[in-house]
Amino acid sequence: MVEFIDLVLLGMLAITAMRIIFLKDLFAVVMLFGIYSFLSALIFVNLDAVDVAFTEASVGAGISTVLMLGTLALTGRKEKVNSHTAWLPLIVVVVTGAALIYGTLDMPPFGDSNNPVQQHVAPRYIQDSPQEIGLPNMVTSVLASYRAFDTLGETAVVFAAAIGVLSLLGLPKQEKSAIESGLKSHLVLRVVAKLVIPLIILFALYVQFHGDYGPGGGFQAGVIAAAAIILYALVFGLPTAAHVIAPSLLKALAALGVLIYAGTGVASFFLGGDFLDYNVLASDPVAGQHIGIILIELGVGLTVFAAMLCIFYAFAAQAERTNIQ
Amino acid sequence: MSFIVDYYNYWIVVFLMMAGFYIVISANNLVKKIVGLNIFQTSVFMMYISIGKVSGGSAPIVAEGITSYSNPLPHVLILTAIVVGVATTSVGLALIIRIKSAYGTVEENEFKDKENLI
Repeated sequence: MVEFIDLVLLGMLAITAMRIIFLKDLFAVVMLFGIYSFLSALIFVNLDAVDVAFTEASVGAGISTVLMLGTLALTGRKEKVNSHTAWLPLIVVVVTGAALIYGTLDMPPFGDSNNPVQQHVAPRYIQDSPQEIGLPNMVTSVLASYRAFDTLGETAVVFAAAIGVLSLLGLPKQEKSAIESGLKSHLVLRVVAKLVIPLIILFALYVQFHGDYGPGGGFQAGVIAAAAIILYALVFGLPTAAHVIAPSLLKALAALGVLIYAGTGVASFFLGGDFLDYNVLASDPVAGQHIGIILIELGVGLTVFAAMLCIFYAFAAQAERTNIQ
Repeated sequence: MSFIVDYYNYWIVVFLMMAGFYIVISANNLVKKIVGLNIFQTSVFMMYISIGKVSGGSAPIVAEGITSYSNPLPHVLILTAIVVGVATTSVGLALIIRIKSAYGTVEENEFKDKENLI
């Protein structure tokens, strides 16, 4: 049954990708890309990667669609018709694709438990991590403890990307602009948004602190919380949202998150362990692991939340500035 | 039939990768190029997750009565890659907005005439 669902969903994914190639209306392209992301999330669930599906659904279908639409608002929604036929790219793609398909025949068969990849470190993670780290969710154990150094790097990349976007586009000015923005005139949207936003934030907190036991964690929670504020900004206008959560506060939060993460690492080596070795944070190694993981997930959540919202503010402010001109 | 099931995932991955690659090298519009890059990127995600799947396995969260789990390592790698992916995509989109305000176009073939504007 799993294989059958896999077959159907992957087929739908391929059809969506084909459609994206030939569409000239970029608005439709972006919408199809949202559908594409949701389909991938479904496939990830089917392949047992629930944490990944969670992330893809919130990030791929949520935030990146909003950002792409924001860009289209500034650059125009029609792709110009290409006069020449793209023969050369087609040949390159077909030849490369054929070589890669030939290469896949050497791959070990899909889903076999004797594949090399299942023999390497995975058995250790699966057998020892529940006792060693004390968390049922192995993905969180690996992400936040065994591979914490890697995750620190990823968090730093998100932080750096936010700095990059801010230096390219700049943040909104604090003073209120005279022009009314947002969709405040729509009563239904206003009421629904007011009802839904607190629930989204509550859910984000649940995902943040329950990530040790079920699917979730700092990355997902940060994005979901940012989505709540983005919804608020879309309905009530950017100046109102910037009044609620000031851009300067976000800049500080993004840095604070990385600081908490790296600070946990520094604290652990001042207490006699290695960098990001949480065993020394408490008298009992498992309790120490728990404290360490909660701290660094908090750091990740803060940085991702602040970075995503900063990026959205920068895009929205750019769009408003263009509208005024 | 088992031959198809064994390799189907990888074939679709290759197809998606090539679809993304084709958009990147053939599209003139920069926003569409970014969409192509994202499709390429998702195909790599799909490949990692396919490799980590164990038939008859379960999601890697400890529960009673389950003996076989899928590999958690690819999940970790891809989870963080998705968030980093959207962060880098946003930098690309920000660059496109600046290109639009500097050149007045986001169509690649129209830049050639405007080189002297820099």
